[in-house]
Amino acid sequence: MKKLMTGDEAVARGAWEAGVRFASAYPGTPSTEILENLVTYDGIQAEWAPNEKVAMESAIGAAIAGVRSMVSMKHVGMNVCADPMFTWAYMGVNGGNLIVTADEPGMYSSQNEQDNRNYAKAAKIAMFEPSDSQECIDMVKAAFDLSEEYDTPAILRMTTRVCHSKSIVETQERKEAAIKDWAPNPAKYVCLPAMSRKMRVKLEERLANLKAYSENSPFNRAEYAQQTAGKKIGVIASGICYHYGREVFGDDASYLKLGFTFPMPADLIKEFCGRMDQVYILEENDPYIEECVRMVAPDAEVFGKNIFPPYGEMTPDVIRKAACGKTLETIDFDHSKLINRAPAFCAGCPHRGLFYRLGKRKDIMISGDIGCYTLAAGKPYQAMDSTVCMGASISLGHGAQKAFDMGNSGRKVVTVIGDSTFFHTGINSLINTVYNGSNTVNIILDNRITGMTGHQENPGTGFTAQGDPTTLIDMEEVVRAIGIKHIKVVNPNDLEAVDAALDEYLALDEPSVIITRWPCVLKKFSQADLDEFEDLFATKDVVDPDKCIGCKKCLSTGCPAMNYHADEKKVVILPSQCVGCDVCAQVCPVGAIGKEA
Amino acid sequence: METKSILLVGVGGQGTILASKILTTGLMEAGYDVKMSEIHGMSQRGGSVSSQVRYGDKVYSPVIEKGAADVVVAFEQMEALRALDYLKKDGVLVVNTQKIDSMSVIIGDEEYPDDVLEEIGKHVEEKAVNAEKIAVELGNGKAANVVLLGTIIKSMGLEDIDWDQILENNIKPRFVELNKKALRAGMEAVS
Repeated sequence: MKKLMTGDEAVARGAWEAGVRFASAYPGTPSTEILENLVTYDGIQAEWAPNEKVAMESAIGAAIAGVRSMVSMKHVGMNVCADPMFTWAYMGVNGGNLIVTADEPGMYSSQNEQDNRNYAKAAKIAMFEPSDSQECIDMVKAAFDLSEEYDTPAILRMTTRVCHSKSIVETQERKEAAIKDWAPNPAKYVCLPAMSRKMRVKLEERLANLKAYSENSPFNRAEYAQQTAGKKIGVIASGICYHYGREVFGDDASYLKLGFTFPMPADLIKEFCGRMDQVYILEENDPYIEECVRMVAPDAEVFGKNIFPPYGEMTPDVIRKAACGKTLETIDFDHSKLINRAPAFCAGCPHRGLFYRLGKRKDIMISGDIGCYTLAAGKPYQAMDSTVCMGASISLGHGAQKAFDMGNSGRKVVTVIGDSTFFHTGINSLINTVYNGSNTVNIILDNRITGMTGHQENPGTGFTAQGDPTTLIDMEEVVRAIGIKHIKVVNPNDLEAVDAALDEYLALDEPSVIITRWPCVLKKFSQADLDEFEDLFATKDVVDPDKCIGCKKCLSTGCPAMNYHADEKKVVILPSQCVGCDVCAQVCPVGAIGKEA
Repeated sequence: METKSILLVGVGGQGTILASKILTTGLMEAGYDVKMSEIHGMSQRGGSVSSQVRYGDKVYSPVIEKGAADVVVAFEQMEALRALDYLKKDGVLVVNTQKIDSMSVIIGDEEYPDDVLEEIGKHVEEKAVNAEKIAVELGNGKAANVVLLGTIIKSMGLEDIDWDQILENNIKPRFVELNKKALRAGMEAVS
């Protein structure tokens, strides 16, 4: 059946068609929708794991036990699961196993743009790179067959434009993959040094076989132009860059389209380069293909990172400018008239009250983490001094506190981390803080859901990926069990309560935890939410124009529901946006903001 | 046929995603090759958003080059200006006259200029449409996105596709009649 699908939807579809029975993931843009879509298919145990390492290990277990399994993540998630992944490559599979990484050239929702193709090479794992949604389906299915035939896990490397672009696919029915028998096999599955040394030798044999697969794979193909005169221009590209190249170089150029890129098809590349006068290599981020091309075809006239940028997206305009020296003709206009439109906390966001108050504190360092709350780094809050990766807030804060203490600066560290991020890797960091004894104030922003990636369940919500009730991991109990003696749960919309908790805990010489507990305004509330949180976003705040003195103090809370009317020198709250969180009302110095009657 | 490019721009929450979904579905059912690209994620929290739609006999890139869009439909004035360098020199620009303050404006860091449409008018003959007003008059301001979809259909000459059927298949039954009217009103607004 013909359908329009995003790359993420197509990966899920391909996995279902390939008979996958187990899938695990941690949400992360642009990979989140893969597991979200897998949940909608029958016959697959699809799970949100607390982090990518756990997801990878669960998928390894399922594959060893005999079913086809898949794990999906954003690019930085592969750093988290790298430990099991590298050794898994030694072991080989029983049921097929696919590891999906969604890289982000251009960093639309990420802290870096690492090129995970390097992981395939470093871990010696077969790699596919789809360029559109149909290839996502085809390559996922081919990857599972390859995984079982060559006894190896496989990597599917996507990028944001492949994940989030729609193109037409032809869907098929599911082909059930039988559950294979399991039998104890320590020589294959127990990576003791004595076993691993033998596996290491076998790994090289497997790579030689995969090299032969690469040379003959239908996903690596040369498309020669029907050209008789002029210079012979060749383009070598993988992933979305193949389509970008087609737009810029057209039908007069020849193409070597690479879809299976580890091991590389060196002979195919050599032959292609030998027939061209000039070769352009189109790939985002690192010169991964280029290094191979320059090695196997040292005499070819190659244009790669010497003309193309090693960062950002290689969209057609970027390629055209670098290769042809000009872009298409555009309309010039007065750019000074543009205003900045960066993302901001939603009206009613429970992070607003906390960061509004936290940003006003002096003599602290705020160690941040990955989530919507990272937006607190910007105006008007400017309440974040560091952000590295998932879970880093608490442990980075611990190290910083130790260092501040050495200098007797008196500076205290406050760490902020979301609920899902706490369960991801923050939990280990908090253990370290207690064990090694620093007196940081650690704030867990419990908005009852994984917010930024679009509302996925996590261990603290009480529901599985399918929305079925499950054991809720009680954050407060976990924190207490770790050994934190000072714990407060506060409503972040109550500014006095936020201040009181900060005052008390910043004065302690022991570590403490403040849990700010209020649901994300965009969440679909559960019955438990409605029972726990009174008047949950059920009211609206209004400005009394007779009382408003136009001081704009309420605007400094950074709420998108507020507008300043310069003519009347009054603030107006947009009823279509306000959800009655009352943060602005507590900030108003003249009591001009109250509840709508 | 040569590949055609349509760019929809707006502010997170304005309904560009639904409009582009209906548009691409219609194009596919009419037999075109279609590709569409969107950036999801952090920008949806009140940031600038865009949907890029390309169709023809064979489409390669889902991404539109600067200077290559046949039609740009902006759901908000400032986003129209921001997207101006994507428009072909002889392309069609439809601007919804709505203005949405960004956070930098709300907190007083920047002022929203009051001559955005004038600046655009210096370079192209834009078609200004008050989609929200049209939608409110039809009964629900939220149908503004489908009004704007109607302007695309008219501007690209895609009236022959059975849009009523596609709306019926993709929209909750109680909103179908409203959206059929909104689509027609959008087409008329740029006739």
